[in-house]
Amino acid sequence: MRTLGIGWLMVVVGFLYLPISVMMLMSFNASPFYTLPIEWTGHWFAQLAQNERLLDAGRNSLLVATVTAVIATICGTTAALVLGRGTFRGKRLFQILLLPPMAIPWLIIGTAMLVFFHWSGIGRGLHAMILGHVALSLPYVVLVVGTGIQTLKPELEEAAMSLGSTPAHAFFAVTLPGLMQSIIAAGLFAFAVSLDQFVVSYFLAKPGVTTLPVEIYSSIRKGFTPEINAISTLLLGVSMVLVLAFAWLSNLGSAAHERR
Amino acid sequence: MLLPTYGILAISVFLPLAVMAFFSILKRSPFDPGPLTFTIDNYLVFARRPYLIDVAWTSIQLGLWTTGACVAIGLPAALALAKATRGQSQKILFFLIILPFWSNGLVRIFSWTMVLRDGGVLDYAYHQLFPSAAPLGLLYSFPAIVIGLVHAYLPYMILTCYLSVSAIDDQFLEAARSLGARWPTLFLKIILPLAMPGIVAGSVLIFVPVIGSFMEPRILGGKTGVTMGTVIEDQFTQAFNWPLGSAMSFVMLGFILVLFGTFAGALKTRPVAAA
Repeated sequence: MRTLGIGWLMVVVGFLYLPISVMMLMSFNASPFYTLPIEWTGHWFAQLAQNERLLDAGRNSLLVATVTAVIATICGTTAALVLGRGTFRGKRLFQILLLPPMAIPWLIIGTAMLVFFHWSGIGRGLHAMILGHVALSLPYVVLVVGTGIQTLKPELEEAAMSLGSTPAHAFFAVTLPGLMQSIIAAGLFAFAVSLDQFVVSYFLAKPGVTTLPVEIYSSIRKGFTPEINAISTLLLGVSMVLVLAFAWLSNLGSAAHERR
Repeated sequence: MLLPTYGILAISVFLPLAVMAFFSILKRSPFDPGPLTFTIDNYLVFARRPYLIDVAWTSIQLGLWTTGACVAIGLPAALALAKATRGQSQKILFFLIILPFWSNGLVRIFSWTMVLRDGGVLDYAYHQLFPSAAPLGLLYSFPAIVIGLVHAYLPYMILTCYLSVSAIDDQFLEAARSLGARWPTLFLKIILPLAMPGIVAGSVLIFVPVIGSFMEPRILGGKTGVTMGTVIEDQFTQAFNWPLGSAMSFVMLGFILVLFGTFAGALKTRPVAAA
């Protein structure tokens, strides 16, 4: 039974990585029609360096993801502190209001944003995408930082204050450093959510100003070129590094928690 | 302190949904000249265009097949992960399963086209074995969409099932076994009932986004991939009938809310861990 179980897990992992590895390998294949067997080349990556459309979209993606991460982390952390420490009426309602952005399909949220942004004059473009991405990543930031707050002992802050700290000083000297790991992890999370987001960006993109996934989608629809594989390979690489950093940070957090 | 967060959520989620509700009862887009006229016609579209019932049924079938396949693959995997591995190797396997989840969803769907297309990896391997066989023709079919969606959402199911299954005390299983229970009995009488909250939570978390999917059916289904998702997308990007698209979005949203309401109990136990 045990060997059967391990065998099945191997099959599942194989299934999960098969298409991703094939796509990465194809970005090194000389044939533009993905003909097998593979003839190795770095040609498509060199082509990519010339492709202004894709590079522009890539720069936009990084810009949107960075701004999203900064805004979502700051807003989400303050909200998490209030929700985690405070006791007030309606707190439960505020927590429930975090669920819709995570639970409603992106198609519905994305089209609703398109309707409202167009109707209200906010319009489409990078700023609209940032608004959308921030809304989608905020709940996750509140959750990640909120978990961090739960593992932090309020006694530490009280101890600092009984030793003569002002509440503000105690917060910045004790609470915030203790939360730093969760906050950075939440920021990475928001960055990854934004970088991966396609559906909402697709509806909010202005013609000519797109992010990488939107540009990749229209290239796929027009007929593929291996340059798409090359840029996708790079994009996957960035996402994986982000996740590794996130996992490492949250692991550090739990290890520190165990030591306490 | 709460204002920035909930202000942004209001501007980007709640107000848009409210305005969309308003659009859905308009006869035509308010951007067109002329006075606003209200109607519920948009909600009667399923009665007036019977093919939409078929499209909705395709979406539901897509959801059922994807969810079913995720249970069939994910539950045994979660069981194996929880009971057959431990320590460092468990950690690594767990991580390997979660990792693809954080790569770009669009890119992962796109990558399946290279595996499934005629002349792609599967077709190539098949013809190495049977050189004179006809092309497999896997891409641009209903199964292709299901494969892509299963690949996209399987980690959800493994995660939620793992949380349920790992809570099962090994002593239960030992006791049942020492009383003479065989594997099928063990599975049906102990493991399955105890894993049920995880299965239900995973199923809802998979079914909901699947019936709202449009990029997956477009890329992997080609012309056969007409779903509610693609029909709604068309109203916004091709037909520019925003009131109709809004109404269809709201019908879908209503359906989803009913689902959440029905399975709220199973979801409440761990809405956070699953996300």
